[in-house]
Amino acid sequence: MPMEEPFIHLAGVRKVYRTRGTDFLAVSEVTFDVEAGELVSLVGPSGCGKTTLLKLLAGLHPHDSGTLRIGSTTQPFDPSRDIGMVFQQPLLLKWRRVIDNVLLPAEILGLPATESRSRARDLLALVGLKGFEDKYPYELSGGMQQRAAIARALIHNPKLILMDEPFGALDALTREKMNLELLRIWSEARKTIVFVTHGISEAVFLGTRVIVLTAGPARMADNFYVELPHPRTLDMKTHEVFGEYTRRVYRLMGME
Amino acid sequence: MNGTREPIQRYALAALSHLLLIAAWHFFVIFGEVPKFVMPSPYETVRALLVPNYRWAENIAVTAVEIFGGYILAVVIGIVIALFFSWSRWLEMVAMPLLVSLNMIPKVALGPLIIVWFKYGIGPNIMMAFAICFFPIVLTTARGLREVEPDLLDLVRTLKGSRWQVFTKIQLPGALPYIFSGMKVAAILAVAGAIVGEFLGSDRGLGYLMLQVQVTLDTAAMFMAVILITLIGVVLYGMVLGLERLLVVRDARIQ
Repeated sequence: MPMEEPFIHLAGVRKVYRTRGTDFLAVSEVTFDVEAGELVSLVGPSGCGKTTLLKLLAGLHPHDSGTLRIGSTTQPFDPSRDIGMVFQQPLLLKWRRVIDNVLLPAEILGLPATESRSRARDLLALVGLKGFEDKYPYELSGGMQQRAAIARALIHNPKLILMDEPFGALDALTREKMNLELLRIWSEARKTIVFVTHGISEAVFLGTRVIVLTAGPARMADNFYVELPHPRTLDMKTHEVFGEYTRRVYRLMGME
Repeated sequence: MNGTREPIQRYALAALSHLLLIAAWHFFVIFGEVPKFVMPSPYETVRALLVPNYRWAENIAVTAVEIFGGYILAVVIGIVIALFFSWSRWLEMVAMPLLVSLNMIPKVALGPLIIVWFKYGIGPNIMMAFAICFFPIVLTTARGLREVEPDLLDLVRTLKGSRWQVFTKIQLPGALPYIFSGMKVAAILAVAGAIVGEFLGSDRGLGYLMLQVQVTLDTAAMFMAVILITLIGVVLYGMVLGLERLLVVRDARIQ
């Protein structure tokens, strides 16, 4: 047991969806803790309940049993202000300029406009979109749109960022580039990130820790720290340790 | 996209094609020795404007009021109804099929009834224009309001955003391209509706004038009336396009 309370604490979390009298077990017996400032990868095959788990964490659906707690005495958590979300699609509003897209959560929360706007500029610089503030989404490439979506998730300075396969729709090269970018943004913004993916190598490369979920019924199969130094570099993917981690996940998914 | 020459060129070509049509019309009448009561020349058509008896200004104003009145009414009421549909699925399931059935009624067939109920004049003609162009606006607006990414709603929900915020920040601006595509179709229909109304029963307006000059075989005046009705339609359509250009980002426009 850790001495301090963890930032996120899940114990025996279970979620059942009921549709037309039939029950579907989406998530079962999930137990893990996340320390503040970690980047945790949730990896598993399609339909393993990763997205459901993310929605439980976001407070979009209630869980049926078990404990799910976010926040601690040192890291208080306000569910309406401390969650930033990034989806597989950038979902930028196409009638808004990039900077106004980034400002959407600030507007919804009623944050002061002038400060938010200058913060949005800083964040766009952080994600590498300096000079694109007044462009419309259609003028940006897919990777750039996803960068803007990350800036949008950071605008209200949330403590927790939930990412649902954010680079799944990008081509392989852009994806690798975005992985490095995410690690840089994470180390500069100092946020807790829960990163859902079905890419095993991506999960190991990004995560301080990897949580493996298996499908039907969704269960937690493994939870291990990735002992690779930070900052991570692409050549680490060729290291022996990296291969051991990925093999460990492949084995759990019955692919080896 | 390259430079300013292209749009000017395009306008010039558009103007050219229109001028060519008028020239063809002119030479067809002159060299074909077509009698005036069958087809007047462009010059004779314009000269019809000089007959004071036809009270062009007043008739144009009446027809324009009917078209714009019916159209604006349809836009406002159509959008409001679609809004209610987006707020209540139950209401939509009850009322939408009914609207679809009612829309199958040929509105022109209602003309004699409208005259029985409301006499004839500007009011009933506004109703006819409204009836004919109202439905496409409801349909496209309802569709547009429904097209919201569920993930985007989740994003707003994690921030505990209100339904009103969803509507003003996401739903309505997202529906605008759909609303405008409906409004463009409706603009053309509104013109037809008002004129049909005037044909069926009226004592003023360009449609009424056409029936009057038909008796005296003043074909030039009929041509002029048709051109003026078309011009009113062009003005309305142009205003809708201008408004769309102002409100909808280029990428989002529906052609």
